[in-house]
Amino acid sequence: MSDLLRMTDLNVEYPVGGGRHVHAVSDVTLAVRQGETLGLVGESGSGKSSLARALLQLPPPQRGSVLFDGNELTQMRGEALRAVRPRLQMIFQDPIASLNPRRRVAEIVAEPLVVSGVRDPTERTRRVRAVMEAVGLDPDLVWTRRPHEFSGGQCQRIAIARALVLEPKLIVCDEPVSALDVSIRAQILNLLEDMKARFGLTLLFIAHDLAVVKSVSDRVAVMYLGRLCEVADSASLFATPAHPYTAALMAAIPVPDPDIPLGDTKLKPGDPPSPLDPPSGCRFRTRCPHAEARCTTEVPPLREIAAGREVACHFPLIG
Amino acid sequence: MSASAVRPATVAPVGRRLSWAIVLPLAWVALVAFLAVTADWLPLPDPAAQELILRRKPPSTTYLLGTDNLGRDMLSRIIYGGRTSLIVGICAPFFGFLIGGAIGMSAGYFRGKVDLLAVGFIDILLAFPTLVLALTFVAYLGQSLFNVTLALGILSIPAAARVSRANTMAWANRDFVLAARTIGASNWRILTREILPNVLPAMFAFWLVAVSVIIVAEGALSFLGLGIPAPQPSWGGMIADGREALDVAPHTALIPAAVMFLTVLSLNFLGDMVRNLVDPRRSSL
Amino acid sequence: MSGAVSGAVSGGPLLSVRDARVGFGTVRGLLRAVDGVSFDLEAGRTLGIVGESGSGKSVLVRSLIGLVGSGSGAIVGGEVRLDGQDVRGLSAKNFRQLLGRDIGIVFQDPMTSLNPVMKIGRQIGEGLRLNRGLNATAAARRAVELLVEVGIPEPERRASQYPHELSGGMRQRVAIAIAIACEPKLLIADEPTTALDVTVQRQILDLLQREQRQRGMAMILITHDLGVAAGRADDIMVMYAGRAVEMAATREIFRGPRMPYTEALLRSLPRLSDPTHTRLSAIPGRPPDLARRGTGCSFAPRCTYRSERCEAEEPVLSREGGRGFACFHPLNASAGTSA
Repeated sequence: MSDLLRMTDLNVEYPVGGGRHVHAVSDVTLAVRQGETLGLVGESGSGKSSLARALLQLPPPQRGSVLFDGNELTQMRGEALRAVRPRLQMIFQDPIASLNPRRRVAEIVAEPLVVSGVRDPTERTRRVRAVMEAVGLDPDLVWTRRPHEFSGGQCQRIAIARALVLEPKLIVCDEPVSALDVSIRAQILNLLEDMKARFGLTLLFIAHDLAVVKSVSDRVAVMYLGRLCEVADSASLFATPAHPYTAALMAAIPVPDPDIPLGDTKLKPGDPPSPLDPPSGCRFRTRCPHAEARCTTEVPPLREIAAGREVACHFPLIG
Repeated sequence: MSASAVRPATVAPVGRRLSWAIVLPLAWVALVAFLAVTADWLPLPDPAAQELILRRKPPSTTYLLGTDNLGRDMLSRIIYGGRTSLIVGICAPFFGFLIGGAIGMSAGYFRGKVDLLAVGFIDILLAFPTLVLALTFVAYLGQSLFNVTLALGILSIPAAARVSRANTMAWANRDFVLAARTIGASNWRILTREILPNVLPAMFAFWLVAVSVIIVAEGALSFLGLGIPAPQPSWGGMIADGREALDVAPHTALIPAAVMFLTVLSLNFLGDMVRNLVDPRRSSL
Repeated sequence: MSGAVSGAVSGGPLLSVRDARVGFGTVRGLLRAVDGVSFDLEAGRTLGIVGESGSGKSVLVRSLIGLVGSGSGAIVGGEVRLDGQDVRGLSAKNFRQLLGRDIGIVFQDPMTSLNPVMKIGRQIGEGLRLNRGLNATAAARRAVELLVEVGIPEPERRASQYPHELSGGMRQRVAIAIAIACEPKLLIADEPTTALDVTVQRQILDLLQREQRQRGMAMILITHDLGVAAGRADDIMVMYAGRAVEMAATREIFRGPRMPYTEALLRSLPRLSDPTHTRLSAIPGRPPDLARRGTGCSFAPRCTYRSERCEAEEPVLSREGGRGFACFHPLNASAGTSA
C-alpha cells in the first residue's frame, strides 16, 4: 500500500506568554497509508490534536513536511492550498460546536460545494440529499432546521455529511465519539466504518479511548507529550505492547467486566509532567518503571524492532 | 427543604413571556418613532412659528404642552425634535458600528498585528475626552445635522469595536470556523457567513443602548451650544433653551427632559431584553 | 449478597431514599428529570449509579444533598433518610451541619469545585474549623496530614499553593482531601474521573476506593462509564430517562442483565478483547425527550423485545431474588436467582 499522507519531522510550537513555548509536537514522522484507518492515541497534552491541526495547516507546523496526495502542504499558500483542502476533511469532538448555530442544516452541508465552486443549485441539492441519506439523515426532516434542534449524535451525522459531500480522500477524525453518549457511540463508529467502505476513505482516527481506537484502526500510533512512542498494526500492538507507556495505558483502561482483575499499570506514582517543561531524554522516563540513566540523557529514536513495528524506547518490552 | 410532591399543575412555564417591562418600553419607542416619521402630516403648528405674546405658557387645551421662551408650540417641537434626536441617535451609532464593527471583527478574527493596530487605534480614540473631541469636531467642521451625527458616530467607534472584537474572538475559536477553513472558505466568507450572523445579535442589543447614549450626548452638545443649529428643534436644544426659564416656566425644560428620559430608559430596557434573547443559554431552551 | 440494594438488614441502611422526584418547569412543560427512584445504601458499600447524560443520575444525587432545590427552580419530592433521620425535614441550619459533617462530595471538575483564590491548605481546613471546631493551627496541621493521605508530595509546600498551580489529577486529590476531612459517613463522587486521563483516572479511583474501605464510608459513585462502575462498585443501579431500570450486585449486572437496556448498553461497548473492525451492536434511536414522555416504558422505542404492553403500560421496578428490574420481558430468567 502506498502512503496517502506522510508527515516528516513535524514540529509544532505554541507561544504561551512570557517568551515560553509549548512543544506540542516534536519530530513526528508518521505515514497514513491509502485506504487504512490509522488510530492515534494519547492523553491530554500528548499533542495529538495539535498534530491533526498542523497537518491541515491550521496553522501550519513550525518545521517539517506534510506530503499529502503528491502535494507538499507546508509549501503551499492561499489559493493553491484551498484547492487541496476538499480532499482533506475533518470531523470534530464537539459536534454541536462544529456546526454554525445560525445556519440551516442544508446550508451547512452544502457550504463545501458552494466554496469549491459548484454553481448549479439543483446539482448541489442532489448531492446534499445523497450524502444526507448516506449518513442516515432524512433530508426532508432536517433540511430547514438548525443544529440546536438536534442531539449530539445527530449533529455528528450532519458534520460527517459535511465532511463527505466533497468526496475527500482523507478524513481526520478528532475524538469523534468522546462527547457522545455511550448508547450513541456505537452508531457513529459503525457509520464511520460504513462510510469508509462506501467512499473508499482513508481515516486518521484520533482518540484517547483505546477500546474505541482498536475497534476501528488497522494500525495504531501512540503519542506521549508530543512524541511518538510506538507505531504498530492494531493486532500486535494490543497483543504485545512494546513501549512501557502503551502497556500502562492498556492496564489502566477500566474494563466493563468485574471478573477481570484490574491490571497493574506499573507506573511510578505522580501525574504526567507539564508539556511546558517536558523531561529531558525520554519524555516518559519520570513515570516509567524501566527507566535508567540512559533514558535521562538520550532521546530514544523511533526504530523498527520487527516488521511493521516501530518503537521509541531504549528498553522495549519485546524484541 | 419541603417534601412537596411533584405537581405539574403548579408549574408555570418558564418562557419568554411578554411582561410590562417589555410592552411599555416597546410601546413608547414605537409612539415616538411613529410621531417623528408622520410629523409632517399631523395637524401640528409650525415648530418654528414664534408667538412672542404667548411665550412660556403652561400646558393648556390650546397648547397641550405649553409654549417655550419664544412662544413656539412645545408639542410640535417635541415631535419634530424627536425626529432630529432619532435621526442623530440612530444614524450616528449606525455609522460608528459599521466602522467599529469592521475594525473589531478584523481584530478579533485575524489577531496578531491587525489586532495590535486596532486596539492601539481604539485606545487612542478612547484617550481623548469624548465630549471635547466631539466639540472640537463640530466647532471645526461647522454646526449641521450631518456634522453632529458624524462627530457622535466617531465617538461610538471604540465601543462598537470592543464589543464586536470580544464577540468575534469568542466565535472565531469555535470548531465550525475551523471546519469552514478545512473546506477552503476564504477569510472574507468566514467573516461574513460564519461569524457575522453570530456577532450581529449581540451588536444589535448593544446598538439599542448606543442609540440612547447618543441621544443624551446630542443633548449635551446642544447644552454647550454646539448641537443641531436653530431653528431646527432637538430635545437637547429644547432643554438647553428651557434652562434659562427654569424658575418661571419649568415645563420648558422639564417636558423635553422627561421625554428624553423615557426614551432612553425604554431603549435600555429593550437592549437588555434583546441581549437576554440572544444569550445562547436561553435560546437553546 | 446484594443486601445494600435489597433493603434493611440489621440496624437499617445508612442512606434510604424513597420515591425521589425532581421536576423542572420548562417552556415545553414539566421535565421529570428524576421520576420516582428508591434505593438503600449500607455503610461500607459502594453503589455505582450508571446512566447516560439526561438519565437523571447527577440530578438525583444532587437533589439528595440539597444542591438541586427550590432555589434552582426545581420541584423536589420524596423521602431521604440518613442514619434514620429524615433529611428533608431538617431546618436549613441543621441540614448544612449534616452536609458538612456526614456527607463528603467530589465533583467532576476540580477546577470549578475548588475556590481559585483560596490556598489549598485553607480550603481543606475550612470544613474542619466549621464542623469540627478546630482552631486555625490544628486545622492547618490536619490539612497537611490529609494531603499526605491523598498522596500529594511535598504537602507543606502544596498547602500554601493555589489550585491553578496544581495539575488536574492533583486538584482532584485535593478535592478528595476536602471531602473526607470531616470523616463523613457517606462519600458522593459525581463523575470524579471524567475530566481526567486514563492513567490518572486509575490513580484517583484507587485512592477513592482505599479511603472508602479504610474509613468504612458508604460511597455513591456516579459514572457514565460501565468500566469504571464494574471495577469499583459493589452494587449498581442503572438509570434511564429519570428512572431506575435495574438494580443488582455488580457481578450479576455484568453476568446476566435482566433489563434489555442494560444488555444493549453492555453489548454496544467496543472491547479490547474483540478484533479490529468487529461490528458493534448499536442501540438504535436515542433517549426520549423527558418533557414529552408518553405512556409505557421509556426504552420501548429502542428495545428489540418490546411488545404492545410495553408501549401501553409502564413497568415498575420489580424485585426478584434480591435484584430489581423494570421490564415486562426480563432477560436471563435463570441467571437472576443464582446469586
